[in-house]
Amino acid sequence: MYSLNYHRASSVADAVKLAKKGDDVKYLAGGMTLIPAMKTRLSAPSDLIDLGHIGELKGIKVSGKNVTIGAGTTHAEVAANEKLKAVCPAVSDLAAHIGDPAVRHKGTIGGSIANNDPAADYPAALLALDATVVTNKREIAAAKFFTGLFETALKDGEIVTAVRFTAPAKAGYEKFRNPASRYAMTGVFVAKGKANGKDDVRVAVTGAGENGVFRSKEIEAALSKKFDAAAVEGVKVPSKNLMSDIHASADYRAALVVVMAKRATAKANS
Amino acid sequence: MGVEGIGARVARKEDRRFVTGAGRYVDDMVVPGMKHAAFVRSPYAHADVKKIDVKAAEAMPGVIAVLTGKQLKGDGIGNLICGWMIHSKDGTPMKMGAWSPLAVDRVRYVGDAVAIVVAETKGQARDAAEAVEVTYREKKAVVDPARALAKGAPQLHPEAEGNLIYDWEIGDGKAVDAAIASAAHVTRLHIVNNRLVPNAIEPRAALGHYDKAEDHFTCWTTSQNPHVARLVMSAFYNVAPENKLRVIAPDVGGGFGSKIFIYPEEIVCLWASKRTGVPVKWVADRTESFMTDAHGRDHVTEVEMAFDKDNRITALKVDTIANFGAYMSLFSSSVPTYLYATLLSGQYNIPAIHANVRAVYTNTSPVDAYRGAGRPEATYVLERTMETAARELGVSPAELRRKNFVTQFPHQTPVIMAYDAGDYAASLDAAMKAADYAGFSERKKAAAKKGKLRGIGMSCYIEACGIAPSAAVGSLGAGVGLWESAEVRVNAVGTIEVLTGSHSHGQGHETTFAQLVAQRLSVPLDTVSIVHGDTDKVQMGMGTYGSRSGAVGMSAVFKALDKVEAKAKKIAAHLMEADEADIVIENGELKVAGTDKKLPWFQVALASYTAHNLPAGMEPGLKETAFYDPSNFTFPAGCYICEVEIDPDTGVTEIVQFVAADDFGNIINPMIVEGQVHGGIAQGIGQALLEGCRYDPASGQLVTASYMDYTMPRADDLPSFKVSTSNTPCPSNPLGIKGCGEAGAIGSPPAVINAVTDAIGDNDLTMPATPLKVWTALKAATRH
Amino acid sequence: MSDVSLVVNGRKVSGTVEDRTLLVHFLRENLGLTGTHVGCDTSQCGACVVHVDGKAVKSCTMLAVQASGSTVTTIEGLANGTDLHPVQAAFKENHGLQCGFCTPGMIMTSVDMIARHPEGLDEATVRHELEGNICRCTGYHNIVKAVLAASKTMAKGSKGRAKAAA
Repeated sequence: MYSLNYHRASSVADAVKLAKKGDDVKYLAGGMTLIPAMKTRLSAPSDLIDLGHIGELKGIKVSGKNVTIGAGTTHAEVAANEKLKAVCPAVSDLAAHIGDPAVRHKGTIGGSIANNDPAADYPAALLALDATVVTNKREIAAAKFFTGLFETALKDGEIVTAVRFTAPAKAGYEKFRNPASRYAMTGVFVAKGKANGKDDVRVAVTGAGENGVFRSKEIEAALSKKFDAAAVEGVKVPSKNLMSDIHASADYRAALVVVMAKRATAKANS
Repeated sequence: MGVEGIGARVARKEDRRFVTGAGRYVDDMVVPGMKHAAFVRSPYAHADVKKIDVKAAEAMPGVIAVLTGKQLKGDGIGNLICGWMIHSKDGTPMKMGAWSPLAVDRVRYVGDAVAIVVAETKGQARDAAEAVEVTYREKKAVVDPARALAKGAPQLHPEAEGNLIYDWEIGDGKAVDAAIASAAHVTRLHIVNNRLVPNAIEPRAALGHYDKAEDHFTCWTTSQNPHVARLVMSAFYNVAPENKLRVIAPDVGGGFGSKIFIYPEEIVCLWASKRTGVPVKWVADRTESFMTDAHGRDHVTEVEMAFDKDNRITALKVDTIANFGAYMSLFSSSVPTYLYATLLSGQYNIPAIHANVRAVYTNTSPVDAYRGAGRPEATYVLERTMETAARELGVSPAELRRKNFVTQFPHQTPVIMAYDAGDYAASLDAAMKAADYAGFSERKKAAAKKGKLRGIGMSCYIEACGIAPSAAVGSLGAGVGLWESAEVRVNAVGTIEVLTGSHSHGQGHETTFAQLVAQRLSVPLDTVSIVHGDTDKVQMGMGTYGSRSGAVGMSAVFKALDKVEAKAKKIAAHLMEADEADIVIENGELKVAGTDKKLPWFQVALASYTAHNLPAGMEPGLKETAFYDPSNFTFPAGCYICEVEIDPDTGVTEIVQFVAADDFGNIINPMIVEGQVHGGIAQGIGQALLEGCRYDPASGQLVTASYMDYTMPRADDLPSFKVSTSNTPCPSNPLGIKGCGEAGAIGSPPAVINAVTDAIGDNDLTMPATPLKVWTALKAATRH
Repeated sequence: MSDVSLVVNGRKVSGTVEDRTLLVHFLRENLGLTGTHVGCDTSQCGACVVHVDGKAVKSCTMLAVQASGSTVTTIEGLANGTDLHPVQAAFKENHGLQCGFCTPGMIMTSVDMIARHPEGLDEATVRHELEGNICRCTGYHNIVKAVLAASKTMAKGSKGRAKAAA
């Protein structure tokens, strides 16, 4: 790790103020992706603003079907929250399977989405849930928030403060983990909600796309006809624009999208 | 002795310090004035080094020195060597290219060290290492061993034309060809044994300390054999004469072979300590470990096995190319020759065997012994071939093996080895029973109903441990003897210290060696201490590898105990005015049989040290040394059965059961033996399903350089194992021990792949059988 | 440079370190608590697991200064004098360790795991929960056995205490 200056922010406003100081400032949430990247010297911020001690970023609010998760809420907290489990168990289940227990104790939802690792789990949930990302400056629809590999709509100094969504009638997440890193090699979040009073099926795929998380029109079409695992059987997902590496070819990932979608749907219906 | 002696399931004495965080590993060592090192390493697989500019680095904060290969050479530090001479079939000696601890003119693999930075902190050393400006001229690289032999391939060493290190053979080629020509059936296979990275969880580390006042060096290092390290660093690398060099290998966090070898870093740290006047510590990070620890396996083999009309094997022909990487590591040359081809008879009667082995240089990390070393490669070749032959011949894999088993002992194979004892059918039967082999077809049907593909595979392995005798290995080219030493000290207060040349880095010697002493001298386990890993404390020894510590190391202790016992009996007889032949050892005492006369150990020991009343002419003291050189290898053998269930949608293989039935001869501590088997199986399953070291074929970059890309077996990748042992004692050592450290890694890969190929019906699958490969194979099959 | 203050194994400690210092290095180098190990660079092997404010975390993936103000328990703080913690004892009894290098992290993870599963554990759960800890020696067989045994012992112990309290 290169030398750096550490600053601990006491509030969101304080963090924004601190961020104006350095030349290459990064916000530090749980640090579960950032610190490993810094250790291998792939990331070299001059200054780190620690958001880990800001009370206003923590906590989960559930009101009816409306869910708000503070950006500083850890994966373990999301996984364990009973109110959330009652309205949207798919998100609890997703959080319970991010990384390992020690990672879940530190990693946060805000950090995960702000980093937008193409193999992270939360982006699939947010996109499929048509969630809103709340920042200190504005509200951004998930579809507009994730803009590419490790790229988001966040501007310099902007901080994610919360994630908001309406719990759908049904949702499920299933991922195929990279055998080595255990990150999602292909993860699919299916959700059956309502839009403009009509059924609205959304299927988002993480870990597979060359440009990060994306919606699978093919599977959405199949599930819109019938929200059932069997409906996904035989659907062809194009391998174009899917990643290819030593662990998975694009063709394999395309096949996994279908298999994971099937299993996620089965979970959503269970 | 029931609860603490031989055969008892004693909890380990060493564990208290490990479970409380009190273990002492090299990185835990602190010496006053100690500074930290970072190595500047080549980012290229193959390049000429045109210039090294250290000015900017020297000016960085905290930097004490930046040293290069030129300075190292100037100080007379020697090149690294391979200590086992192999001659090609044309009689010429192996072609060893120069390996400087710091590269001077040329780098030959990604990670090759070119300079060392010594600084106040590790962070500063790394910062400065990045500031060393090395001008490289990149050359074409080659990583594939077959391509390295092709015309026009990039050439690594001027000493080795065509990158060929040796072209070696064993056996009777004519007899084999004749048998193949007249065979009723020939099974042919192309077999790849994938390259592995050992990955001991403790990264390699070295702390070099030069004491100017004494003109003396101390090296703390992560070594499996500190004495050999001292010998080699003194005799070949000119670091210091042996009497001026102390090597300490304290607690070592796993080795699996990778910590046998003497690496550039410990040599450079010692030298740098003298150059800078400060103690220098280096600890590898994981990526450095991936790049620079000696890798394992990496063979490509063509095999032909001939059968007569009764399905008896008539001949075996093997042609192997072994990838040695960029340099010849310490014992590399012996691995694909005497540790591989000599085991190609397996558990079978094979009248004629011929093996040809070509060793080649490539632009990859050096390759050397890794758990099993040669024997896993031999077992994989044989057991994949046997399983394939059974499928081709339409007979039961178990019965084809059984029909060809060696049943008479001793048995002379056509490839040097003389098997002394064994009961291969017993292990096969035990494994088949434990696995409910007969019930497999029902389980397969049940799995099919769930949409899963179920397969079963077996492997009957034999291996050779405790490589010896020294004269024999010397005649085969070994540069060292392979005996072991022990010293047993019965202290004046009756406590006992055993000094052994074996080294424990997980094997539990502090417990098993003590169990032997407790048994023999009839004393409590707590009174026995085992001392190892320090050249200043322990007489010369050869270290721990090749499952040799039980069979060879403990046999040395056994011999020293014989001497201690004989002398103690003489003293006791003298003190109790009895006949020496009447003295027996029981309950911690020396007794006169048939009487109530007795003396506790401490009284005998005290008498030996006060020397007030010893038999006439007897030297004082009760301390004996023995060097034990075995008369033969030992031959552990066994049968492993693996059953898998494959998810055809994802290609994921789940191991639903894994059975191991081993014959290790006599066992000192079954709990520790089982632990060794579990660990070996995990590494074997790792090789078969998960682990594969990959280089980019064009650039020679290491693609799998961290746990992000190299798949380490984790808890949820593995099942609990069903292990059992049978025990035909080894006749060639006094304890009847065969060795158990490598069996799991040797026997398991073919069992797993035989199961996977059985499940999917595609015999060409290579290791590791990743989900991607299995899915791809299944997809290709449905397309046909 | 920054000041770091922690309570480690019940003792107040402080030091001044470079901001880039990881918690694991502060524990090892400043406090001499070398039981916590480093086995990888990518936060995967788990040899560095300690408890920060009662939760298992990877001390190689946290800055020392980030942890300042926290309460930390390391492997050295687990035993009660010479009495081993039940998880330590179970690892010893079940031969859940060989070279001992991954062991401190394994034990700290297991203690945390058992605490989060008062209802008890089964083999599949233990294997899943050990995802972030890599062992190269044992094949995990005896580690799993040790965790299950410790979980049972501790459940009995806490029931015993509950009874005594009632």
